[in-house]
Amino acid sequence: MDVHADKVMTLAEAIRTYVKDGSHISIGGFTINRNPMAAVYETIRQGIKNLHVYAHSNGTGVDELIGGGCVGAIEIAYGGNGRAAPTCIRFKQAIQKGTVVHEDYSNYQMSLRFHAGAMGLPFLPTRSSLGTDIINKWGLSKEIREKDPKLANRKLVVMDNPFDGWADCKKVVLVPAINPDVTVLHVQKADRQGTSRILGLTFADVDQAKAAKNVIVTCEELVDAADLRSEPEYNQIPFIHVSAVVHVPYGAYPSSCYRYYDYDPAQLSDFAKAAKDDGTFKAYLDKFVYGVKDHQGLLDRIGKDRLEKIKADPRTGYATGLDRK
Amino acid sequence: MDYTLRELMAIIAAREINNGDIVFCGTGISMVAAMAAKHMNAPESIIFFETGAIDSALEEIPMAVADPRVMYCAASNGGLLESFATMQNRITGERVIGILGAAQIDKFGNLNSTSIGDYIRPKTRFSGSGGACDVASFVPRCVIFMQHEKRKFPKTVDYLTSPGYLDGPGAREREGLMPGGPTAVVTNLALMRFDETTKEMYLANYYPGITPRKILDNMEFTVDISKATEAAPPTASELKVLREVVDPQRIIL
Repeated sequence: MDVHADKVMTLAEAIRTYVKDGSHISIGGFTINRNPMAAVYETIRQGIKNLHVYAHSNGTGVDELIGGGCVGAIEIAYGGNGRAAPTCIRFKQAIQKGTVVHEDYSNYQMSLRFHAGAMGLPFLPTRSSLGTDIINKWGLSKEIREKDPKLANRKLVVMDNPFDGWADCKKVVLVPAINPDVTVLHVQKADRQGTSRILGLTFADVDQAKAAKNVIVTCEELVDAADLRSEPEYNQIPFIHVSAVVHVPYGAYPSSCYRYYDYDPAQLSDFAKAAKDDGTFKAYLDKFVYGVKDHQGLLDRIGKDRLEKIKADPRTGYATGLDRK
Repeated sequence: MDYTLRELMAIIAAREINNGDIVFCGTGISMVAAMAAKHMNAPESIIFFETGAIDSALEEIPMAVADPRVMYCAASNGGLLESFATMQNRITGERVIGILGAAQIDKFGNLNSTSIGDYIRPKTRFSGSGGACDVASFVPRCVIFMQHEKRKFPKTVDYLTSPGYLDGPGAREREGLMPGGPTAVVTNLALMRFDETTKEMYLANYYPGITPRKILDNMEFTVDISKATEAAPPTASELKVLREVVDPQRIIL
């Protein structure tokens, strides 16, 4: 590996190169925070279809990907997005209409699955979900699993503790590893080789990156490697995991990016309203996704005043006193 | 003393939190209850979120567990693996009380937050487990917020997302779950609890102006009402905490 390789490219090029029809994909962030939204919109704009999505609780991004017609199947723990959408609206409709194949896990299970993938293990154990329908009910049938070499042959496996009750535990649930074709993250800072720094909660981003064959990092600030390397203990993802780096200010908008900007309650709420109906949702996509060339185009439609309102207060890391009603 | 139903529910739940508890909380009214307890009966309680933030300052009320407001002045900002390990780990897990909500609950406190009808082609789809199944699997005590309606208190849940006492005494142990389970159900009409022997739900307290009959009329299964007494209404100081400290912007309440 060329340690000096410059991986900076445009978002359009990064998505075209690493996100293909049918790719198994995961995105970073959690509900209304640090979803790689610019990359999500570009994926929709490029008309990529039939993605197999692995999600713990990536509400904002996942709901747009489903609404944009990009998703064929989803393994998910939580399809909700704060107050604007307690259940993500396009996700809810897609499942009720049967247009997306779905399978449910818990958040810990999805996190462990990425962790197993990052560790190179086939599975990891947990004590979560014993006796529940998360074990009993499969969304991906045996037939689907047999046809797709990227899927484990079973959903979850209950196993007796082979250490005979050690740690006061009789049984464990084995969760299969995930190794996505591509993981897309938005981070606060990255250098041109891909070394990345996340501020605030990391959610499961680091394991999602390390488990993936390719990683696209979008960043608020593209910085010199020397800046990040002067305090390496604050960097979570070394460049060896990263395939592409894209500089996209406000790349998580309308979700938040700690210490840079808050979520935009008005845009999340407008999205939720538009998502309820196919006609209004199409108009939403035409305006904010298909009708603009890139993320800057979307931000121009939102306008400087709105972006100013969500700018993070340096003391708290969010927009103190923001009207969130 | 004038108060709203949501204020009453938040205070009833806050009273379930003991000083020193580590409180796992979700969004909305459960966050209000956890924050209120810190200013009332449990000043040494610690609020934490599945996203990985522990003992956040919460100067403003978060709208989601990933809201940047949970990150401000936390003891640490980790990730999902750390937060769930805190509950699975017996050293810290024993101190955790979970606050959850659901679309359906049965008499053994099993919760459905996934779907109504067939799993593959549901009539109504909800958000899914998130961390709820993990919390219900790991921690010794849980408070559950519910709306009292027949369809939300069915004989059997359509999808068992988060384990309560499963099918009764001894079931959690048989399946390999940790001991524990739901301890209180806070609804718009009443506070329900679970019998220590039968593990079945019973009516503990009905709210002022609500009859036990009305509560039974809003459930598909029957519960014991013989131990029920009227709930103590919120005090002036409890209401002051809610209105002036916890949610002065009236975002949730």
